[in-house]
Amino acid sequence: MKTLLQRNIRDRIMESLLVLSTIVVLLPLIIILVHVVLNGISALNWDFFTQELGSPSRAMQGRPTGLVHTIIGTVVIDFLALFLAVPIGMGAGIMLSEFPDHKLNPTLRIMNDTLNGMPAILKGLLAFVLIVKPMGTFSGLAGAVALAFVMIPIIARTTESALMSIPWSIREAGLAIGLPRWRVVLSTVMPAARFGLVTGTLIAFARAAGEAAPLLFTSFGNNYLPNHWLGMLLGPVDTLPQRLYSLAISPYSHWHSMGWAAAIVLLVFVIFCFATARYLTRQKH
Amino acid sequence: MTLDNNNPANGSKEAQELLRRPPSALYRWLGDRIFAVVVVMLGMSIIALAAGMAIVLYGEGSAALRQFGFLGFVTGTTWDPAVQLVFGAFPFLFGTVVTSVAALLISFFPAIGVAIFTAEYAPRWLSAIIDNLIQLIAAVPSVVIGIWGIFVLAPWMRDNVYLPIFTWAETSYPALLPILGNPMGYGLATATIVLSLMIVPFTTALAKDAIKSVPVAQREASRALGATKWEVIRMAVLPYARGGILAGAILSLGRAIGETMAVAMLIGNKNTLPFSIFGAGATMPSVIVNEFREAVETLHLSSLMAVGFTLFIIALIVNLAAAYLTRKFSIKGGQVV
Repeated sequence: MKTLLQRNIRDRIMESLLVLSTIVVLLPLIIILVHVVLNGISALNWDFFTQELGSPSRAMQGRPTGLVHTIIGTVVIDFLALFLAVPIGMGAGIMLSEFPDHKLNPTLRIMNDTLNGMPAILKGLLAFVLIVKPMGTFSGLAGAVALAFVMIPIIARTTESALMSIPWSIREAGLAIGLPRWRVVLSTVMPAARFGLVTGTLIAFARAAGEAAPLLFTSFGNNYLPNHWLGMLLGPVDTLPQRLYSLAISPYSHWHSMGWAAAIVLLVFVIFCFATARYLTRQKH
Repeated sequence: MTLDNNNPANGSKEAQELLRRPPSALYRWLGDRIFAVVVVMLGMSIIALAAGMAIVLYGEGSAALRQFGFLGFVTGTTWDPAVQLVFGAFPFLFGTVVTSVAALLISFFPAIGVAIFTAEYAPRWLSAIIDNLIQLIAAVPSVVIGIWGIFVLAPWMRDNVYLPIFTWAETSYPALLPILGNPMGYGLATATIVLSLMIVPFTTALAKDAIKSVPVAQREASRALGATKWEVIRMAVLPYARGGILAGAILSLGRAIGETMAVAMLIGNKNTLPFSIFGAGATMPSVIVNEFREAVETLHLSSLMAVGFTLFIIALIVNLAAAYLTRKFSIKGGQVV
């Protein structure tokens, strides 16, 4: 039998171990954030937001280079992906929540979770086979489709839980005043769940915006802005995560610091999306 | 924000309009039919997408799988896209399993520690801050962690950890050298460390949720028997929450298996066994990232797709196991989306 003193000492030791493990987990995160900001801030200048990258010699000769084509490409591809993903994801979420007795629902739920857990790189391979191969060229469209594959399962799951959180009495009230079922869903349930829907969409958007793996062999990357706006859809397009990867593994030190700057932009964007999502979740309650 | 907006049954002008002018039977019947058909078709497209992924990966990899046989492909140790055109995925399978399991082992106890600390010890405000920071780890894009690993972590680990150990082994235990491998900084050890950080949020989120769902009476009962705080956790809380903890660990394993960019940037990319602790290696996602854009031979391309198919199968098994556990222990929420 252990004495009370031994037990109390053990209690104290375990408590300090728990504190220690929390510090051990959070310290690398802080170090990463500090390093990204310190290393990237110097390259984050006016040229970064206004110039194209061009060839490596452009940087070595000291001519201005930047990532304006990357930022434009990222915005176009991410929003195109969102545009493709929202109808499918929300449709599936509506099916799970508003048609709870549908025979396919258990299958849908398992398939959706499976799709969500699949490595993003496999979604890139799928988009490569479905879009790049028939088109014969890497394209922004393929990149958007690959990112949509990342977004869809997240939107479906968050839509389901957002709609489920609306009490059934609201649906019954709508049906009782003679609204058809589809108007009940679209005009009462979805507006009531709007915070949840927006939050889920934001999370999906932020998650996809940070993914580089699905873009490497779909939108491929491009050192210049496409000549024509259609080039955004039909030709190779640059995106931030994929450009960050290329810059980081390149042999040029100027490109390395540009990579750190790209990391700041990406990080700020993603954190902004998640913070907004968190804020909206708190609004709901 | 007015009360009206929060109560849609009140706020919907359409609803009030409809009250005055009831819709025709056709409008109701047709509208509901169309709505149901559209929604079910959108839902089914997700099922089609998941099934399509399996079919496409298998179909594209079939040339390689036919040439070497599925078992031959998975157990083959030679990956030579240049001369012999022989493809065996075992080195990548091995690399994926070793890095993921090692990352899970490293991160498991700290991750559970964070969950226990935030759920049981920390005051509410501190717990909220830690929660947000843990979620932030999951939010940081993989490439950002990758660039930090390339320029900060790998050189630091080489100079301060790998080289001292290596030189010590050189003088004291030369037999260890082949196991330790070339301490250049980019290799299995660095990739595993980064991986173990990246999967912490997934273990922590589910574990915390499971710990929070343990009934208060359970704690009070053991408190009343004179247990110290740690004994309460150890004997009353953790056994009750073990299902959620296990599910979180399996889910983390799934994330580790699929983690691509940070690993591809740090693992050093070596396609032949044997791998060593500090030396370069490769995983299934990393080899796809590194070789897919440069693959010209049809068989090489097909082999990379077959690697993708193998990855799909493994991720599927791990995900279904996690889904089974979460359902069995009926854990709700607590997920990192």
